Amino acid sequence: MGDYIVNTAREQQQMCQAIGVEKPSDLFNGLPEDVRLSGPLDLPAGKSEAEVLSLIEDMADKNQIFRTCFRGAGAYRHYIPAIVRNVTAKDEFKTAYTPYQPEMSQGILQSIFEYQTMICEMTGMDVSNASLYDGASAAAEAVMMCRDRKRKTIYVSESVNPRMREVIMTYATAAGAKVETVAMGKDNTTDLESLSALLAEDKEAACFLLQQPNYFGRLEEPAVAEKIVHEAGAKFIMACDPISLAVLKSPGAYGADAAVGEGQPLGLPLGAGGPYIGFLAAKQDMMRKLPGRIVGETTDHDGNRAYVLTLQAREQHIRREKASSNVCSNEALCALTASVYMAAMGADGMAQVANMSVSAAHALRDALVAAGMEDVTGGEFFNEFVTESKVPAKEIEQACMKEGILSGLPVGDDRMLWCATEVNTPAEVERVAGIVKKLMEGGAA
Amino acid sequence: MKLIFERGGEGHRSDFLPENAFPAVSFEERFQREDKPALPEVNEVEIAQHYTQLAKQAFGVSNGMYPLGSCTMKYNPKVNEEAASLKGFTEIHPLQPAKTMQGVAEMYATLEKYLLAITGMDHVTFQPAAGAHGEFTGLQLIQAYHRDRGDEKRTKIIVPDSAHGTNPASATMCGYQIVNVPSNEKGGVDIALLKEAVGEDTAGLMLTNPNTLGIFDENIEEITAIVHEAGGLCYYDGANLNAVMGIARPGDMGFDVMHMNLHKTFSTPHGGGGPGSGPVACKDFLKEFLPGRQVVCEEKGYSFARPEKTIGSVTAFDGNALVVLRALAYVLTLGKEGIPQAAENAVLNANYMRVGLQDVMDVPYEGPCMHEFVASAKTIKKETGVAALDIAKGMIDCDMHPPTIYFPLIVDEAMMFEPTETESKASIDRAVEAIRGICKKAYEDPEELHGAPHHAPIGRPDEVTAARHPVVRFEVKEEE
Repeated sequence: MGDYIVNTAREQQQMCQAIGVEKPSDLFNGLPEDVRLSGPLDLPAGKSEAEVLSLIEDMADKNQIFRTCFRGAGAYRHYIPAIVRNVTAKDEFKTAYTPYQPEMSQGILQSIFEYQTMICEMTGMDVSNASLYDGASAAAEAVMMCRDRKRKTIYVSESVNPRMREVIMTYATAAGAKVETVAMGKDNTTDLESLSALLAEDKEAACFLLQQPNYFGRLEEPAVAEKIVHEAGAKFIMACDPISLAVLKSPGAYGADAAVGEGQPLGLPLGAGGPYIGFLAAKQDMMRKLPGRIVGETTDHDGNRAYVLTLQAREQHIRREKASSNVCSNEALCALTASVYMAAMGADGMAQVANMSVSAAHALRDALVAAGMEDVTGGEFFNEFVTESKVPAKEIEQACMKEGILSGLPVGDDRMLWCATEVNTPAEVERVAGIVKKLMEGGAA
Repeated sequence: MKLIFERGGEGHRSDFLPENAFPAVSFEERFQREDKPALPEVNEVEIAQHYTQLAKQAFGVSNGMYPLGSCTMKYNPKVNEEAASLKGFTEIHPLQPAKTMQGVAEMYATLEKYLLAITGMDHVTFQPAAGAHGEFTGLQLIQAYHRDRGDEKRTKIIVPDSAHGTNPASATMCGYQIVNVPSNEKGGVDIALLKEAVGEDTAGLMLTNPNTLGIFDENIEEITAIVHEAGGLCYYDGANLNAVMGIARPGDMGFDVMHMNLHKTFSTPHGGGGPGSGPVACKDFLKEFLPGRQVVCEEKGYSFARPEKTIGSVTAFDGNALVVLRALAYVLTLGKEGIPQAAENAVLNANYMRVGLQDVMDVPYEGPCMHEFVASAKTIKKETGVAALDIAKGMIDCDMHPPTIYFPLIVDEAMMFEPTETESKASIDRAVEAIRGICKKAYEDPEELHGAPHHAPIGRPDEVTAARHPVVRFEVKEEE
């Protein structure tokens, strides 16, 4: 029904006349008859705006919104200040293309430059790109970036988010690159002795990826890992939850060569999985190997400060098959979202989010343990932890679901990965613990 | 313009959260951050002002004409935004049990069905987050197909010289060698050279049709047949699908796998560079290799299943769901009549703009064109010294976005115009008049154009220095 075409039939006719054709469809006369659609498209008729919205609202109603969410595993519900959505809704940001014309895109270029700076500050790195698709694909780009003619093998800890590991494996398989998984110990952290042994035998080790906090919420020992990796002459990459970096030692402080992660916690809604944003930052010496857009500062001919897309000699539109990556579109509006979020919260606000999340998670752990579950996280954790129980995980998930609670994620028959953030309240913790307790005692949920 | 780091001041902040209701927990010292990240210290008021000022120095589709070739900068409908802000989608965790995300599954299943009708393919994955990501995914399907058959000798991907830069870059990421095939004098694939290029080592061909010159390759069926005969598969780069949607289908042209750019053809906003969504569609025989999980429709509802021989995953979850939702709103709105009408008007607008300019600029490939056309400033440059870049910068002073310039690479001083179907005749008339004025100015006062733009927030930036001495972050602690 709607088609967003401004021109009337009369105007279209005038245009046809100027071109020298009778009707618009004549412009397709050059198409071979065989490949032209002979009938109408097999689609429903166009609908009014009111009907479209109503249809989509019906779909939205078929999704269950959990008022209480104790699930993370790579996507987190945090509070999003109203200013964040207000800024990113502006048409000048939302409807612009990649800023190829700097003179009319200073607003976008500057916002990306500010994003890069904030990411560098959080990660302790020297240079950040303008964003990648999500944390998992950013990690894949990061490990691939470390490979060269002499160093080819990618090492990834088993404690890295399995979805991130799978995407790394997919990128590596496509390129014919070898990926070795470094085993995890019983305490759910990387077996660093095993890492040491593996790297000692491999002259072709390119890099090692460690996640901090790891998939199970555990704090790894990056300082030890860093020594092992660098002694072997490989690159050390850390994957991080950006919120945690407000209170935990940064990859830069550990001596990592690059930092990556899922930027969704920085003001982006859960959104059924996307769009999210992958951040990737590195030390100076890796700057020219980074994939994706990078904005740099310069001056115009009058000496005014100006921003441009820079180091484009790395990129596909210049280098084609020799480019460092094929990345063209990124997640610019999500980078803007992350910037506004970080600016709004500030370093203190982000530390507050981190500390509250950690507090809530520990209170949740205590309550679940009191309810009869076993904490099998294995040691210090951030805002996620693992439980084991005699009641099957799926059963607990079901019981919580009925009460409007999204429980921890089942990660095995009897294990669950729980998460809490600053949005969770004592009342919610009490409620979920109550449900679990009932199940553990064999009562009906 | 001040940077956000230069605004505000010590202690400026806003509070968004209540007090911590739980006991504090601290970590062992070795894990703790010692240096406080130097994020901006600003109040919400200062943030609102900062970004409102930045927005004044940005230009989107809603600001005016944006004929950026190959980017399909069409209007971004507002109902799409409203749909994408529904809490029933924004608050859904990607790892919720399937029965609590039936609406998400229905969204994917519904748009899949519609996209299959438009493309003539059999299956879709929504996991890729952008066009180039879709290329990378589609090529992996081709790779998995050959590997699965034990056909390891297929190491080459054929790419025409007019292709988008992402095509060869994506093929390289899959470990392929690139065979470039030059275009013929009509701008299409040179059939004789293609026949020479294919062989037992051909994994596949990547093609945009209409191509980046805005030309629909009349030999398309012969081209895909040649590749198939050699044992290769055919990949359709859907960047230019806007020209032919509802008119002709890649699936009927002989393509086996393709991507679409929902942020081009299906009206979702570009966001200053992203997020996009690059769903990949394929024929039935490639289904078992698709990444991620596929929505399965059963009597009791939707569920998700992983294809048997999946290549893995290219993003963590199911895709850029909120972008997919916008595209669904768009297809629902246009429907079976609106989709081909959009294509027709895109082609009509491009041709109208072409005839308005063809006597003041070179148009190396004769029309009619499809949704875009490539003009060249070659003659103007030879006669006046004014280059495509100068004309583009002159357009900025006329308050419109310039076209894509210096691409495709096979045309000197290329200027690639794609007005899209949502521009009015009046705005194209204005643009044509302005560009004609600039071309005239080239002969009268070339210096003025060399110095353009004159009315933008900045003059031409020094890009050479930016690349030689990169300053890629603000040094927050500079003053200390």
